[in-house]
Amino acid sequence: MKKLMLGNEAVARGLYEAGCRVVSSYPGTPSTEITEFAATYDDMYSEWAPNEKVAMEVAIGASIGGARSFCGMKHVGLNVAADPLYTASYTGVNAGMVIAVADDPGMHSSQNEQDSRHHAIASKVPMLEPSDSEECLAFAKLAYEISEQFDVPCMLRLSTRISHSRSLVETSDRQELELKEYKKDPQKYVMMPAMARGRHAVVEERTRKLTQWAETASINRVEMGDTRIGIITSGASYDYAREALGDKASYLKLGMVNPLPVELIRNFAAQCDTVYVVEELDDIIETHCRKHGIQVHGKDTFSLLGEINQSIVAEKILGEKKEYVQLQDVEIPVRPPVMCAGCPHRGLFYALKRKKVYVSGDIGCYTLGASAPLSAIDACVCMGASVSSLHGYNIARGEEQAHKAVAVIGDSTFIHSGITSLIDIAYNKGISKVIVLDNSITGMTGHQQNPTTGYTIKGDPTAAVSLEKLANAVGINRVRVVDPYNLEETMRVIDEELAVDEPSMIISRRPCALLKYVKHNPPFKVDQDKCIGCKSCLSIGCPAISIHNKKAEISQTQCVGCNVCKQLCKFGAIGAGEVQ
Amino acid sequence: MGVKSIMIVGVGGQGTLLASKLLGNALLSRGFDVKVSEVHGMSQRGGSVVTYVRWGENEKVYSPVIEKGEADVIVSFEQLEAARWLPYLKKGGKMVINTQCMDPMPVITGAAKYPEGLLDRLEEAGVDVTAIDALSLAKEAGSEKAVNVVLMGVMARSLDIDYDHWQETIRQTVPAKFTELNLKAFDLGYRL
Repeated sequence: MKKLMLGNEAVARGLYEAGCRVVSSYPGTPSTEITEFAATYDDMYSEWAPNEKVAMEVAIGASIGGARSFCGMKHVGLNVAADPLYTASYTGVNAGMVIAVADDPGMHSSQNEQDSRHHAIASKVPMLEPSDSEECLAFAKLAYEISEQFDVPCMLRLSTRISHSRSLVETSDRQELELKEYKKDPQKYVMMPAMARGRHAVVEERTRKLTQWAETASINRVEMGDTRIGIITSGASYDYAREALGDKASYLKLGMVNPLPVELIRNFAAQCDTVYVVEELDDIIETHCRKHGIQVHGKDTFSLLGEINQSIVAEKILGEKKEYVQLQDVEIPVRPPVMCAGCPHRGLFYALKRKKVYVSGDIGCYTLGASAPLSAIDACVCMGASVSSLHGYNIARGEEQAHKAVAVIGDSTFIHSGITSLIDIAYNKGISKVIVLDNSITGMTGHQQNPTTGYTIKGDPTAAVSLEKLANAVGINRVRVVDPYNLEETMRVIDEELAVDEPSMIISRRPCALLKYVKHNPPFKVDQDKCIGCKSCLSIGCPAISIHNKKAEISQTQCVGCNVCKQLCKFGAIGAGEVQ
Repeated sequence: MGVKSIMIVGVGGQGTLLASKLLGNALLSRGFDVKVSEVHGMSQRGGSVVTYVRWGENEKVYSPVIEKGEADVIVSFEQLEAARWLPYLKKGGKMVINTQCMDPMPVITGAAKYPEGLLDRLEEAGVDVTAIDALSLAKEAGSEKAVNVVLMGVMARSLDIDYDHWQETIRQTVPAKFTELNLKAFDLGYRL
């Protein structure tokens, strides 16, 4: 029976059916659910690793050890894992190894719009790109075949619309595979110069063979329609082009986006009058065509920015636009994402805003501390950068400034790559102040366990990293813990730690309000007689508070009784709700 | 009959994902080709959210997304979101709108105003609007969180899927302890 499966769920199913035994990943939208679904199969070992580099190295080791392995990550995660990737390309595999990387064109939940195909090209590993859930499953299985046939890790490129769309999938049974024999082979697995030189030659020869394979591979498919328009495409772009153009065009759908075939493309292009490359983000297929003297349109027609869709294809290629209705003269306010009601980060950011300090930000729900009305964050680059870039900022601007600047980083992000940055501060005699926002979960990606929570991906109890002891161990002697629901305490401790001439870590600790085990208080209420409409309570940007008839009102469905707004009201108008 | 498209729009946290899953499963059990597209992560945090549900009776669905002028029906969980996504409605399409209003952050901070009389404006623009107070009906069913299923009930009346079929899909999609609540919520919308 066919099932409606999320693309990520179908990848996980593909891993299962292919006999994969070891899965190690770090969460990142839009890739997270692959590993969450993988963890629901008892026949595969699954884990959350502290970061993508670790995850990929676990997968490499498992492959050398004879088990089919997998790691998954978002596009920026692949940057973290790039180091092992480029050399795993040299060693190749023992049992098959598959890497899924999910790009985010349009940046629905990301800090940049990089195109992961560059990594596949640069590391010289094959990359497949599915267009729907059925292909997610099939390509995951095929990737293991390619990996073992060509002795190379094989990548699977996803994008938000493929990862997070549900479409029909036919499942089959798991392929039971014996653990492969491990044979010591330093020429292949020990990458030091003498051996690596030999392996580089193998890599180049392999790419030649893979290119040959791509010429006739069934996943690189020609669909002939009207030959006046030819479309060369892959992934979600194929879906958009087919939807927009139907039989009015012919298609070369590339299921393998690295390496790209040459003659297949040349022959297809020769049969069409005008050929367009429809690809999201960078001009990779287009550049490949030009390199081989094949005339195509690409980024002269389509943008390098954002997603493509069927309307864009119809407009750019056919010049057709759909009619639609719009309200005239109505300004529709934007509705940006906000911290949830009861979010423990809110009190901390309110305190930082009041202190008027420089705030070096990081990646997670708390990046929303940059939005109005809190507007508390000055910079945000990548995972872990809050801590190390604060160190650089403080060196540049001198010790005086270090008393007016902090880094904010979540518990999971701190473990991912903040710890090495903290070591940099301690080791190099910095005095930077680091605040860890410990909400006892990896929040933004939808509640994954991490090494600080004390639970594995399967929910089994395990060792928990003690942030306090970890900071002490690397040479940070001042560690304070505050409850961000308590504004007075939070501001006092921030003042005290900013004042000292040594590095310091403040742990702002309170579990995410959305965690199931967190008990909420009854919703707070505004005494309409006492409220004078001063709007002080609006300064924390809580979605549960709004103004009606010039008085504050608290949404009884959203409020979780966190008590932060009550501390801001000078008129005693906000009161705790009644316990029922 | 071509590919049909329904958009489910609302505010992050209102349960649009479950609604789209329910609709997707109901369509799948009729043997249609179905695609459901969701957005997770950052944009879910109280922001404007949209899910796309598309199906074809004898036709393959290619694109997972719905573009301007393409939706046969838009189900909106909130008034402002209905106005925001209106351009995505096909000419002559229908809107099912929950009359609830939720202030977005720029309105809360005073940087913008929540436009007034949106339902009237939509009708003036020639849109076929079904406006209902789904929040009250959800409370009647037993939980404010059931707004999503009440709205699915209202929307279901315009689809060619039997009542029994929906009941079965609800039983299979929601956790057992919420089955009764959701069946009741669906009923209140369906029989309105």
